[in-house]
Amino acid sequence: MAVAQAKLDAAAARLAALSLPQTGWSAAARHDAAARLQAMGMPGKRDEYWRYTDPTSLTTADAPHARLFDAGDEPAMFDAVDRVKLVFVDGVFDPAASDDPVAAGVELLSRVSADIHWAQGLYGVLETRGQTPVARPLAALNTAAATEGVLIRVTGKAAKPVSLIYLHTSESSDAILHHCIKLESGAELTLLENGPAAARFNKVLEVEVGDGARFHHVRAQGRDHERRAVTHIFARLGRESLFKSFTLTANGVMTRNEAIIELTGDDAVAHVAGAALGDGDFHHDDTVFITHAAERCESRQVFKKVLKSGAVGVFQGKILVKPGAQKTDGYQISQCLLLDDDCQFLAKPELEIYADDVKCSHGSTSGAIDETALYYLRSRGVPLRQAQSLLVQAFLAEAIGEIEDEALAEDIRARLEGWLARHGQ
Amino acid sequence: MLEIKNLHVKLEEEDKVILKGVNLTVEAGTVHAIMGPNGSGKSTLSYVLSGRDGYEVTDGSATLDGAELLEMEPEERAAAGLFLAFQYPVEIPGVGNMTFLRTAVNAQRKARGEEEMSAGEFLKVVRAKAKTLKIDAEMMKRPVNVGFSGGEKKRNEILQMAMLEPKMCILDETDSGLDVDAMKLVAEGVNALRSAGRSFLVITHYQRLLDHIKPDVVHIMADGRIVKTGGPELALEVEHNGYANILAEVL
Ligand SMILES: Nc1ncnc2c1ncn2[C@@H]1O[C@H](COP(=O)(O)OP(=O)(O)OP(=O)(O)O)[C@@H](O)[C@H]1O
Ligand SMILES: [Mg+2]
Repeated sequence: MAVAQAKLDAAAARLAALSLPQTGWSAAARHDAAARLQAMGMPGKRDEYWRYTDPTSLTTADAPHARLFDAGDEPAMFDAVDRVKLVFVDGVFDPAASDDPVAAGVELLSRVSADIHWAQGLYGVLETRGQTPVARPLAALNTAAATEGVLIRVTGKAAKPVSLIYLHTSESSDAILHHCIKLESGAELTLLENGPAAARFNKVLEVEVGDGARFHHVRAQGRDHERRAVTHIFARLGRESLFKSFTLTANGVMTRNEAIIELTGDDAVAHVAGAALGDGDFHHDDTVFITHAAERCESRQVFKKVLKSGAVGVFQGKILVKPGAQKTDGYQISQCLLLDDDCQFLAKPELEIYADDVKCSHGSTSGAIDETALYYLRSRGVPLRQAQSLLVQAFLAEAIGEIEDEALAEDIRARLEGWLARHGQ
Repeated sequence: MLEIKNLHVKLEEEDKVILKGVNLTVEAGTVHAIMGPNGSGKSTLSYVLSGRDGYEVTDGSATLDGAELLEMEPEERAAAGLFLAFQYPVEIPGVGNMTFLRTAVNAQRKARGEEEMSAGEFLKVVRAKAKTLKIDAEMMKRPVNVGFSGGEKKRNEILQMAMLEPKMCILDETDSGLDVDAMKLVAEGVNALRSAGRSFLVITHYQRLLDHIKPDVVHIMADGRIVKTGGPELALEVEHNGYANILAEVL
């Protein structure tokens, strides 16, 4: 089927507004990505994959403005964690505010200082693989036009978590970051990300998890109300490897978080989880595609959303079990707590299974807070708001439980409680 | 202590009248029992007193030590000293039993302007009380009532009561689902709480609970009213003859 002209025009207009690096180690990958984007066009409202989320504000040539947000005296995220801090202000690396990346084994996309031959085998590679069976034009755009990002190759157990801090200081900033992380056999790394990043943020994270390697990812997308974000995680897992990713989204007028995970080695484990809370204009979309291509792998998707006064939540989650991926254990749950009647949860869970000896389950629910439980708590003297907060936290517990590090989980819980307290829960 | 006058209650959603003029006075330090046929309105009375949604009070009043209960939020009634041990305790997935209890104890203390209980003190007290009710530590860690057996749920209600130290305790069929030994434990728990400043309203179908928790006054409820009030002998009469005679007599 021919691609609609409007989508092609949108892609051309977007690319024209950006300056693509013509030389350097990533030039070929970028050139290829731009060509792919030009062929597939930008996502359109009528695309099946964008049925529940209008991509327009993510695809326009200029970023819609987003007012800045003052978090007051709330302590910075992950403050108590000993970590390598790398700060990006509206997508631009800020060396003065950051630890020395090179000393920590981190290269920056904009100023490579060492041999990063390995990155050529990763930059845009997993993204390209992730374009089938579903096109992801905004990820191709990212590969073509990313201006910054981190390149990390880990061979042993990383001494400290790498913490990417995304500050938003300009109302019209439009940031495109692309990170590549390669964990060699047996390596281990925790990646932390936090902050809104920009008025509009397009981020791609490509992660290659080698045999027996372990990757932990915890992110919080900031408290800005008007920011927009489209993010993609592309991960490929080797034998007996582990991948765990958790995302907290509180506020944000537009969020589309995609995770595309391929289990290619036997006995690999991939968990993706998210807790999203929002009210009013909040629109939050989790789109996940997990491919089981090896035996005895386990995948879990745990997504929970709490919506207030008109907010919209979307979940599209797929488990694809390829022929031969026997003994697959796939689990998927997406649940939404609607604190008001005018909120909406749109869910499309999918299973596609081509192996006969597999165990896959999925469930999706949405509903109001349990009135009987609320009454029971109140009858014991717990005030309404506190009782609601307890029940919301209980609702989110399974997603937070996916964070292995208890200190990180506690930090996330504190943010949740803060959000609930501020929103009268 | 508790004074209910001419209480009329209907369902909010439909035109069904359930309580048709309940009059009941429970003096401080006494134990009252309510018996009555299924569907006569006993649980409804306890729900209305504790502030559950879904009921409309069309007439009458209920006061606790002079304060109008029916105008308070459920949590305010609890802080004022009212406690209902539920006929069907509610399961709350995701909220730990211990967290729940501690939150409740401290919320009530806060509402009354008292100092909150420290984590250490709370743990000490709750452990001791749980032990006397044979509730093990593992049960305290589990989510509230989730996966508890019927009898465990009832014992958990009594543990909450013991921790919250309310002055007006309503027990709605706390004996149902309890084995003989558990019933003794629960009765001992209740009796240990009996004091001059605390009253009990025990809803039950069976004399055997009243063998352990000796009531001062027994009421018979039928069709939304208290139709007869007497001493402990009234419960024995029900045990032997059922309600037929009593109901025939009052009608
Ligand atoms: N929410 C409701 N919707 C419909 N009917 C109700 C509702 N609540 C109570 N009722 C009805 O009101 C009547 C009284 O119920 P209630 O539970 O108070 O009885 P009870 O005396 O506690 O009975 P039991 O001894 O069986 O526990 C019953 O006929 C019951 O069906
Ligand atoms: Mg009843």
